[in-house]
Amino acid sequence: MIKEYRTISEIVGPLMVVDKVENVCYDEMVEVRTQSGEIRQGRVLEINEDSAVVQLFERADGILMEKSSVRFLEKPQVLGVSLDMLGRIYDGMGKPIDEGPKVLPEKYMDINGVVINPVARDYPSEFIQTGISSIDGLNTMVRGQKLPVFSASGLPHKELAAQIARQAKVKGSEGNFAVVFAAIGITFEEAEYFIQDFRNTGALQRTVMFVNLADDPAIERLSTPRMALTMAEYLAFEKDMHVLVIMTDITNYCEALREVGAARREVPGRRGYPGYMYTDLANLYERAGKIKGRKGTITQIPVLTMPEDDKTHPIPDLTGYITEGQIILNRDLYRKKIWPPVDVLPSLSRLKDKGIGEGKTREDHADTMNQLFSAYAQGKKARELSAILGESSLSDTDKLYAKFADEFERKYIAQGFEINRSIEETLDIGWELLSMFPKSELKRIKEKYLKKYLPDSSNKQSLEEHPAKKEV
Amino acid sequence: MKLGTVISVAGPLVIAKGMNTAKIYDMVTVSDKHLIGEIIEMRGDRASIQVYEETSMLGPGEPVYGEGEPLSVELGPGLLESIFDGIQRPLNIIMEKSGDFINRGVQVKSLDREKIWNFVPCQKVGDRVFHGDIIGTVQENTIVQHKIMIPKGISGIIKKISEGKYTLEETVAVVEEEDGTEVNVTMLQKWPVRRGRPFHKKKMPEKPLVSGQRVIDTFFPVAKGGTACVPGPFGSGKTVVQHQIAKWADVDIVVYVGCGERGNEMTDVLNEFPELIDPKTGQSLMKRTVLIANTSNMPVAAREASIYTGIAVAEYYRDMGYSVALMADSSSRWAEALREMSGRLEEMPGEEGYPAYLGSRLAEFYERSGEVICLGQDKRIGTLTVMAAVSPPGGDLSEPVTQATLRIVKVFWGLDSGLAYARHFPAINWLTSYSLYSSSLMRWMDENVDKDYSRCQGEALALLQEESRLNDIVRLVGYDSLSPEDQLKLEISKSLREDFLQQNAFVEEDSYTPLNKQFRMLQTILKFYTLSRQALHDGIYLKDILNLSVREKLGRIKEIPEETMEQFEELQETMVQEINNLIQERGNKG
Repeated sequence: MIKEYRTISEIVGPLMVVDKVENVCYDEMVEVRTQSGEIRQGRVLEINEDSAVVQLFERADGILMEKSSVRFLEKPQVLGVSLDMLGRIYDGMGKPIDEGPKVLPEKYMDINGVVINPVARDYPSEFIQTGISSIDGLNTMVRGQKLPVFSASGLPHKELAAQIARQAKVKGSEGNFAVVFAAIGITFEEAEYFIQDFRNTGALQRTVMFVNLADDPAIERLSTPRMALTMAEYLAFEKDMHVLVIMTDITNYCEALREVGAARREVPGRRGYPGYMYTDLANLYERAGKIKGRKGTITQIPVLTMPEDDKTHPIPDLTGYITEGQIILNRDLYRKKIWPPVDVLPSLSRLKDKGIGEGKTREDHADTMNQLFSAYAQGKKARELSAILGESSLSDTDKLYAKFADEFERKYIAQGFEINRSIEETLDIGWELLSMFPKSELKRIKEKYLKKYLPDSSNKQSLEEHPAKKEV
Repeated sequence: MKLGTVISVAGPLVIAKGMNTAKIYDMVTVSDKHLIGEIIEMRGDRASIQVYEETSMLGPGEPVYGEGEPLSVELGPGLLESIFDGIQRPLNIIMEKSGDFINRGVQVKSLDREKIWNFVPCQKVGDRVFHGDIIGTVQENTIVQHKIMIPKGISGIIKKISEGKYTLEETVAVVEEEDGTEVNVTMLQKWPVRRGRPFHKKKMPEKPLVSGQRVIDTFFPVAKGGTACVPGPFGSGKTVVQHQIAKWADVDIVVYVGCGERGNEMTDVLNEFPELIDPKTGQSLMKRTVLIANTSNMPVAAREASIYTGIAVAEYYRDMGYSVALMADSSSRWAEALREMSGRLEEMPGEEGYPAYLGSRLAEFYERSGEVICLGQDKRIGTLTVMAAVSPPGGDLSEPVTQATLRIVKVFWGLDSGLAYARHFPAINWLTSYSLYSSSLMRWMDENVDKDYSRCQGEALALLQEESRLNDIVRLVGYDSLSPEDQLKLEISKSLREDFLQQNAFVEEDSYTPLNKQFRMLQTILKFYTLSRQALHDGIYLKDILNLSVREKLGRIKEIPEETMEQFEELQETMVQEINNLIQERGNKG
């Protein structure tokens, strides 16, 4: 028999204090029954002798302290999971919000998850073809990776995320693919965009959605990604599926975290965010991966908006320290209509080295990738210089690099949100662009690949045509 | 033994009452789930315990047990090739017990008690031994000989010692102390992690730790027994630098602590190290490695303990007279764990919420490095080099952890995101980095590699400094306003950057460069500079020099294999030849 307490002594923001409790545990689930019979959920944040601090997941308004009762459920927060949940839409707390039938859970899982033993992990190395050159060619994604999109207000991250969800595939392995989508405090329109896109492409049947909209309680956002990841773990590690988890927008999650921290009067870290935000985020992101001997994988694409486009803001900063790279969107590119506006230089995929090369993409991939990166970096530098000093002051080599940077953006990056390029197409475009340079500039590519892949046009251009080979 | 009862739980912090028999820093187990914790504060009979495992569903009323011992590591044969969590529980055994996920309260021994080791004594009955003396050896694996030392506080005359097969807990020797008591010595020792292991005397470190990384060994070398830090924003390649050093450093033992970092990174090390061959021994690199993995999602309190666990293990091998390198990735995560616990204890925060004792804790940790004369009558020498990554938020080096670290360490490898974006790896910025060992180690290089080493290094560094100054001018008035001499300087520094400093960790031939090849590469590039400068002086046009075909060969200088060092000679001769031809041609025309 679970005891009911009528001893709520304090409600401050999302926190509630219940006195004279017995046998209450840290992290235990709590149910509050208001005077009108409505049920609200919460969780024990702190237990101090006989008084418990409870964090409410839902709004606190309308709770009359004297007349409401509290029950401690003797279990942590769980999600009932089942394969029948594919194709369904749930709210941020795991209650269905579409008109579908009730789902009988196969089992209940703790939404906090358990830590994967590093020894049990399998290193992700299967190349995922997203069909987007700036990702496949330069920031290659692999199965089991966590690769966030760093966006900012007004940038098309939802289009990019939807494009990845639509186009992502692994060479030679189809089927058994699922998407888990967590909407964390995003607007109705944004959520609807994803639902429509999944519906149009037929992906909805393979998708489980957890939706917490901007007008839903902020505090619920702390549970939403955990619900989604628990679902993903069930699908991947028990049902052998390859799961792509898209979580948008992590910035809203962090703000909810800050709200709870502030209500508890914790000593804040940078910009008011709690000092444990790194650990908290790691507990989400580290739930991606691949386990030895299990077929399924979890690949995460968290999306976050950088406040003021600032990459050093704590949210993108801590995320970047945990995730295996980042895809950064850039406002200047977006304005120039270079879509998707992926800023390839600061973007990075840490796991790409094991996912590219012979047998995975193509033998020349690594070399051309490095060459494209350094050529584009040099080209951008030259462009900046010409903006200050005028084009005429550039050396011939620099002019060539500046031209390369423009061409590269136009042909390689700007492919639009609809085009799906195979990895071979992406690599060939790369070679075509590199053929602008004389061979002596292509130091990062091995001779044998130059011979095999470099289009002929380049042989005409020799050093003599660029006699003043100089650069800054 | 039951000590007290839990009264309060908040995350990893548990408060228990009735703890009057407990001491501060004692290790305890909490509740019947046996979660491991450590007492970090005592007020009256109330103890604040930091718990090293998840405390979900823990509540008041649960018991706290303890044996009155501080948090310790087990030391003995079997440490190498293992992977432990932050409190030295072997992760592979945990996996056997609890599957792919780490469950709570798994009780495992740090070292295998069943395994039988072959003990070979090197002392005999009747010998007088003191604390730290080696009494025998065990072949831990094919490359490392584990030395069994007399534990702290024991000295006397050996009464019994014999060769044979023993498990860790069996007595290998009996020592009679002065007062006549007989002490059984086993191969297993315990040591409290927060206390440095004693040694006879510290020395000034004077030999370089050769890592095979050109920018490190030649420009910013670290000494064996020294300290270094690698700060940099995310994506600048901290972890790759650490992995490279762990792979190629010319030390006997490597302890790698993954402190609050990614799970997949540890998997990478676990997959890669066994397959890599140590150039020195010809055997797998894993055989000399101990891994400690407390990934970012593992309990935060254990993260705080992990670097101490690592350094205690490292000191133990140092005491055997080995050279040991400890890599910690990353010390910022450790500091954050410290901050989190400090916040929960409601201590008065210092800068950015970090506790006021951050600096002294960091100093204590780094100071456990060094070249020492170990305890024991043979006066053997062991070194412990500590290299830690720092992850400053936003790459801002003014933050407290970086600043506190810089006050202590002698070598600073500053990673630069600009270089990383241009895929210049290792992205160690040559203008901001420094090594305080530089002058003494360059002397060593001159004596042991080539007498011209320090001169070449100095010249190259000066050129790179000059490049940054010239680039400022170019940015203001354009490239053409530079004199041909200065333009040449820019070209040579570009060559230094691209052909010498850039080093690809993922290309087999480039991943490791021995010292003599490093020197040859540098020497060849600088020789081209000297020759070109002379040619310019003789009236040759810069563009003619830059168009020489030898330049392409110079651009592929990394690809010259170590086995055929004579190729450097040939390349240098070709240079002389081609430049002489230019001069001659001009002479003919004129």
